[in-house]
Amino acid sequence: MTAYLLKRLIIAVLTLVLASMVVFAVMEILPGDPARLMLGLNASADQVEMLRDQMGLNAPLVLRYLHWAGGLLSLDFGRSYTYSVPVIDLVRERIAVSLPLALIALALSTVIAIPVGVFSASRQGRAGDTLVMGAAQLGVAVPNFWFALMLIYLFAVWLRLVPAGGFPGWGAGIWPALKSLILPAVALALPQAAILARVARSALIEVLNEDYIRTARAKGLPHRAVLWRHALRNAMIPVLTILGLQFAFLLAGTIIIENVFYLPGLGRLIFQAITQRDLIVVESIVMLLVAAVILINLLVDFSYAIVDPRLRGRQ
Amino acid sequence: MSLIEIENLSLTIGATPILTGVELTIAPGEVVGLVGESGSGKSMTALTIMRLLPHLARAEGRVAFDGIDILAATEDQMCALRGDDIGMVFQEPMTALNPVKTIGEQVAEGIRWHTKAGRAEAEERTRKILDRVGLPEAKFPLSRYPHELSGGQRQRVVIAIACALKPKLLIADEPTTALDVVLQAQILDLLRDLVSENRMGLLLISHDLAVVTEMADRLTILRSGEVTEAGDTARTLSEQQHPYTRELALASMHVPARPKPHLAGSAKPLLEVENVGRDYPGRRTSLFRPAEPIRAVHDVSLTIEPAQSVALVGRSGCGKSTLARMILALDKPTAGTIRFRGEPITGKPEQALKPTRRDMQVVFQDPYGSFDPRQKVEKLVAEPLHLLERQPAKAERREMVALALHEVGLGPRDMDKYPHEFSGGQRQRLSIARAIITRPKLVVADEPVSALDVSIRAQILDLFAELNQKLGIAYLFITHDLTVARAMADEVLVMHEGRIVERGRATDVLDHPRSEAARALVAAAPDLHRAIARKMQEQG
Repeated sequence: MTAYLLKRLIIAVLTLVLASMVVFAVMEILPGDPARLMLGLNASADQVEMLRDQMGLNAPLVLRYLHWAGGLLSLDFGRSYTYSVPVIDLVRERIAVSLPLALIALALSTVIAIPVGVFSASRQGRAGDTLVMGAAQLGVAVPNFWFALMLIYLFAVWLRLVPAGGFPGWGAGIWPALKSLILPAVALALPQAAILARVARSALIEVLNEDYIRTARAKGLPHRAVLWRHALRNAMIPVLTILGLQFAFLLAGTIIIENVFYLPGLGRLIFQAITQRDLIVVESIVMLLVAAVILINLLVDFSYAIVDPRLRGRQ
Repeated sequence: MSLIEIENLSLTIGATPILTGVELTIAPGEVVGLVGESGSGKSMTALTIMRLLPHLARAEGRVAFDGIDILAATEDQMCALRGDDIGMVFQEPMTALNPVKTIGEQVAEGIRWHTKAGRAEAEERTRKILDRVGLPEAKFPLSRYPHELSGGQRQRVVIAIACALKPKLLIADEPTTALDVVLQAQILDLLRDLVSENRMGLLLISHDLAVVTEMADRLTILRSGEVTEAGDTARTLSEQQHPYTRELALASMHVPARPKPHLAGSAKPLLEVENVGRDYPGRRTSLFRPAEPIRAVHDVSLTIEPAQSVALVGRSGCGKSTLARMILALDKPTAGTIRFRGEPITGKPEQALKPTRRDMQVVFQDPYGSFDPRQKVEKLVAEPLHLLERQPAKAERREMVALALHEVGLGPRDMDKYPHEFSGGQRQRLSIARAIITRPKLVVADEPVSALDVSIRAQILDLFAELNQKLGIAYLFITHDLTVARAMADEVLVMHEGRIVERGRATDVLDHPRSEAARALVAAAPDLHRAIARKMQEQG
């Protein structure tokens, strides 16, 4: 078991290092000199050159990478060109919005998808299954911002249950803050849940045809017990895989959703930073998102070992 | 009073009739054998008793278990019966257990469900039944997972699940078909003991007449969903009143006529295997010590003459398939050399192996799994033709396929069909056609008839014999089934734990085995003659 986990951990770290190189390289290739951008169009070449020296932009590539990567490790992401504050301060504020949002959405999509998948699989081919899977098909096809707009219209404009957008901050109390995250989380979660439910259904249907399901039935377990106790855990592996892969899409979705709901999160920050060419902010947030995706997939790998004893190796 | 009474049972799935007018009774403590070929409705009869039939199945007639009308019972009533009063053991032990639950959990689950026993009590009872089926605590703690057990051990766990609550009736559907003969004998002994200990009724389903004869007090023979004959085992099989019973008995004991093929001169051996070994990297036990290799094959030597038929027999896991893979140049030996027609084939690049591959073909066990379901027979059978020096034109290729099909008893029109349009036996004919289309000198056949019904098995053995005589093909049969070795082989090699422990003329080895491994195989192999004689004594 430890050997498996150790191997996964090493692979995750290597992936992170490789990703940081790619991010750094892409930022190098992109046109636009940060020093010139900071000084504006009227700056002289000498001034730009001086600032470049100051910022360490003239050092050799490898040194600059190591300096940058070392900074990342000590949470020193550098200073934003446009806000003139340390990037870490910007990020810290925003992550307090984005992280809960992503986690709520992830949890919500799982909590919706698995019962729906079980429901559908146990009624395979019947009306309930057809109806639910039709809805899921719709959920896969419709983009999340459209869901977001519909949710705003229904719950914020019409029913006035929650705010239509904006974020009061956690200082305003947990409930008001959560309330403003509910709709965005639902909008993010629904398309994910739709995909996940379809995966859960087909994985379950495959598992339900296995011989050991017949053995469980022959033991006298009723259909429901067989489904929840024997089938679901075996069907979890493909579901977990998709869950891990989808987390990246979920993060990408936050950029759109945070803009729709006017939430001061990482997604909005990266969007603004891109339009303002604040490369160091872009770079930092991209690295954060990459790290988050790698971390989630590492957790998925660990959970495989919990679900499937065969991965733990012989004792 | 009978434990189970089946009267005039008819079953349809959709519009297809599966069973018609089946009658069957089992008394407490009685063993009833249900015999028939695949598709005859044996398993469906069993699943009707359990009421675990597929969705579209409709059953009519009367099935009474201990006074309960099974066909009219509610699902809750059935759940109360299943696993408590009726236990069931299935054919495929490798897949019958849930891979993510421990064996303890899986056995205890039924106990807790039916008796409402607490965790500790259920575990105690689980421990007891696992001890009883031969899985002692020291080696098989409850925390073991199925993947840590062999096929025979897993079947013991399935039997423990079925027998944990001392059911009145145990249904065993081909419980030993997937196991080698030695394991089969052990599992059958276990079932016999459990029956006499608890006065269980046992419904033993099998296609193997010899197995059923050894076990059963009475027999019911099914053919296409109808009972053709039923009665005491000894009388039914000694009198063989019904022609189908006779047919089955004859097919089970079939030995094809094999006149000596005339050899085309050369006395040079076709295949020479010299001191061949194969090690697999073992599991590391320590970070600092290199892992001990696992010896799958150890210092094996053998030769096959042209047109000679050799059987390599042994229990599952003895290394016989690894050896076959090396002979076919699909795996590289870690020691020794293999020569085919005098040429060493070990360590040659794939391109240089072409002529060897052309002269050496293979037939696998599973006629269902060895064909791509989306390709037509013409393409499937013509597959090995790419090994020829000169690629035949399309018309010529069709001709060659037609000839190969003709030689295995199929028609040229079968060329444009897909594999699913053929029965199991026909599919095995197709794989033989594919093997002989390049006119090979040697065919390696890995359990070629294990998955087939007895009558089809007899036909396929005849076909092997005929091709041997007509085309002078030499065979290497890889099998754990001694009747195949007896029927087909000139020479028998017995393999045990990676080594050849005995070799000699087929009749010598099988009638007077000298090594312990060979003796165990011969003693465990079911034999219809012996079984009938014993039953005659028992039943008078």
